[in-house]
Amino acid sequence: MNARLQTEDFDVAAEAAALRNGRTDIGAIVTFTGVCRGTEAGEPIAAITLEHYPEMAQAEISRHVAEAERRWPLMGVTVVHRYGRIEPGDNIVLVVTAAAHRQDAFAAAEFLMDYLKTRAPFWKREERPSGSAWVEARETDDRAAARWTRRKPEAAE
Amino acid sequence: MSVKVLYFAWVRERIGKAQEEIEPPAGVATVGELMHWLAGRGEEYASAFANPRVIRAAIDRTHVPPETRIGQANEIAFFPPMTGG
Repeated sequence: MNARLQTEDFDVAAEAAALRNGRTDIGAIVTFTGVCRGTEAGEPIAAITLEHYPEMAQAEISRHVAEAERRWPLMGVTVVHRYGRIEPGDNIVLVVTAAAHRQDAFAAAEFLMDYLKTRAPFWKREERPSGSAWVEARETDDRAAARWTRRKPEAAE
Repeated sequence: MSVKVLYFAWVRERIGKAQEEIEPPAGVATVGELMHWLAGRGEEYASAFANPRVIRAAIDRTHVPPETRIGQANEIAFFPPMTGG
């Protein structure tokens, strides 16, 4: 497991290659990259600033990676979450999952992102022309995370 | 007993500090009771904890619901719903 919090950008291809690392048992690598949007609800965004609770964020991400590894037969997981000031078009978060089959890699990546959105202690502040404001949590994100507690993933065929 | 309390995002901004050591009175047993006690410490605290239902809490870096007993906690954090990812 590789879970990192950092201000620097990350290289998606390099992170995926590091998980593969010459192995031939991996059949699927899913990468999800969260990117800073330049508009929100019709208003331009100059940048976002991510505040976080460092020790808890590290612990919380590690707990959810361990939970993903318990639920799906994964062959590698990398999570990188940036903090600090991030401008439109720049990367915010990366999840990479590797498995023998795509269903497990897709499901684990989605599970991890849903939990990062609602449980990892990060808070976004947006810089808008009308001033800067904290982003409000979305109910749709809570619903997305809740579905993982309602049902277990189907066993891989 | 003294405990370290951390505040994040708009909770931190409203209170005007990121962390402090506090000594809640003996009657404050749960996280919810602690929020209520903090709210009575001044205008800035009252503003931060005006709607305790939207405040999330963690004890020693683990999410907890408000009815959780503080017990021997070393570090208690209060923050708004998370918006990472």
